[in-house]
Amino acid sequence: MLEIKNLKAGVEGKDILKGVNLTINAGEVHAIMGPNGSGKSTLAQVLAGREAFDVAKGSVTYKGQDLLELAPEVRVREGLFLAFQYPVEIPGVNTTYFLRAAVNAVHEHHGDAALNAVDFLKLMREKIQLLQLDESLLKRSVNEGFSGGEKKRAEILQMALLNPTMAVLDETDSGLDIDALKIVANGVNTLKRTDNAQLVITHYQRLLDYIVPDFVHVLFDGRIVKSGGKELAHELEEKGYDWITNGELQTA
Amino acid sequence: MVAPANNAVDRLLAALPTRAEGGARFAELGFPTTRDEDWRFTSVAPIAELDFTAAEADASASLKGCVFSEIEGPQLVFVNGHFSSELSNVSELPAGVEIGNIAAKAFESAEGEGAFGALNAASYSDGAFVRVADDVSFETPIRVYYLSTGSDGATANIRNHFTIGANSKATILESWTGTDGAYFNNIITELAAGDNAQVEHVKFQDESTAAFHVAGLRAEMGRDSRVAHHSIALGGRIARNNIRARLDGTGIEAVLNGLYLPRGKQLIDHHMVVDHLQPHCDSHEYFNGILDDHARAVFHGRIHVHKGADKTDAKQTNKNLLLSDNATVNTKPQLEIYADDVKCTHGATIGQMNAEQIFYLRARGLDEESARRMIMHAFAGEIIARIGCTLAREELDKLVWDRLESTES
Repeated sequence: MLEIKNLKAGVEGKDILKGVNLTINAGEVHAIMGPNGSGKSTLAQVLAGREAFDVAKGSVTYKGQDLLELAPEVRVREGLFLAFQYPVEIPGVNTTYFLRAAVNAVHEHHGDAALNAVDFLKLMREKIQLLQLDESLLKRSVNEGFSGGEKKRAEILQMALLNPTMAVLDETDSGLDIDALKIVANGVNTLKRTDNAQLVITHYQRLLDYIVPDFVHVLFDGRIVKSGGKELAHELEEKGYDWITNGELQTA
Repeated sequence: MVAPANNAVDRLLAALPTRAEGGARFAELGFPTTRDEDWRFTSVAPIAELDFTAAEADASASLKGCVFSEIEGPQLVFVNGHFSSELSNVSELPAGVEIGNIAAKAFESAEGEGAFGALNAASYSDGAFVRVADDVSFETPIRVYYLSTGSDGATANIRNHFTIGANSKATILESWTGTDGAYFNNIITELAAGDNAQVEHVKFQDESTAAFHVAGLRAEMGRDSRVAHHSIALGGRIARNNIRARLDGTGIEAVLNGLYLPRGKQLIDHHMVVDHLQPHCDSHEYFNGILDDHARAVFHGRIHVHKGADKTDAKQTNKNLLLSDNATVNTKPQLEIYADDVKCTHGATIGQMNAEQIFYLRARGLDEESARRMIMHAFAGEIIARIGCTLAREELDKLVWDRLESTES
């Protein structure tokens, strides 16, 4: 589904990703862990199409297409969704209005009929329960004044509405208390199917107790330095990132 | 040929029916120049260059295409500053509500601030009159239409008096529109809100983009009154709003809320002074502007918290969105505080579209153009959402949106 080959990217002349290789197949859940500054969020932003990052080398193939050639909006319409680490506040844009525009942009892309207000509300009510969000949020401006936990849950609500085939979750667990984390994880798990895939980027092993990955990769200094099964996450938790930064894995 | 300013004063006074006293004061003051601190960013030289004539009544003018047409109830219509009894409707008013034109009333010739105020005091002929007695809650919005059909230099001096009594409630909706000429409207509006009165005043200004519009609003507020003034400014080659709010009673809540959308070579200027004279009053100023082409905007907001006006809560924000590299904003928030225990904030921003917001919307499937529009709409919508009168709010929201869409294309 997603094949990243020797991806090198940076921002303002600074190299951040220095040759990332990763293949994700349908039905799989992958986790990327790594210390601060290892390039985790850059990878997420490059996949979503953030123009501030320059791709110097490498390729990303998504469902047989050259992903890097696609505009950000086309990527998400084609099913590649990024849950933001820091969801953006947009004062004055009503959340319901925004979500409906997003859902209908995806529908239109696939030649499906746009949802009318009534059908959309029905869909949204169903999804909002999954994330245990208060309906009053829908009347407010996008992310404005939301608590940290509400913002992260709202990201997963958007994921539920857009129903992606390849979801990238960028530190969706950061700043969440354990109850909110369980709600988010439950939401993500509910959306898992055999024909879609998830890439979970996290700093903490804790999330992976609730979203159980098939594969764990360690990103360090712009490269994936170790890959393994879910037990790798536990190993990291025990030994800490020093285990990697001390150079023991550099040869891996 | 640029006419010398004093010559312009003489020509203007000669063209208009003038009361001697105000005329002398205007002649003494002359047109302001950019050396005058209050007019630093707004040159009125193009007004002084006009070939002035007294704007005349025009029986062919109509309300076709005007805003607030869905609203029923009393309406006053002025054509080129002259009251049109044919187009106006002030029948079936409840007891305690008087609506009409001021020419029909006897008034002391009140002074106006500065040269334009003096000119208005000297030459005003008519304007709207609304008086709501004490303890009357008049729920129907009162609409006042000012239509201009004058050709270049046609000058109208208009004076409005709005008085809302103690414990009373009223909504006044003004609409300023005109045909293509470089006409000149010089307006003074006196708004008095009694103790515990509740007033909403919406001014929709969509004059010809060749026209000149200089307007002074003087709002006097009684204790515990709540007054909201909304300035939706779209038109005029030069449009200047002088807004003066005097909070001379305790517990007053004043909201000055404005949106300006100049484009082409328009200049829209809001010049505000809010005086806090008594304790426990709130004043909030919210002004957003979206500028395109070579347009200019000026925001001057002074909050003066006088000695003794303790516990004042004054907030002022001015946000500007520039759609073109050639657009200019001069923003000057000012706070003068001589009281204790006050909460005063002010802030101004001038910027392009926020790239992070646009990316976020694109990452949710919206194309770049839709994302830009959604953010622009939000910028305008934030101001319009504060209009309490639902029908006016919905109509202005749509109208402003259509205007922005046409800016984009």
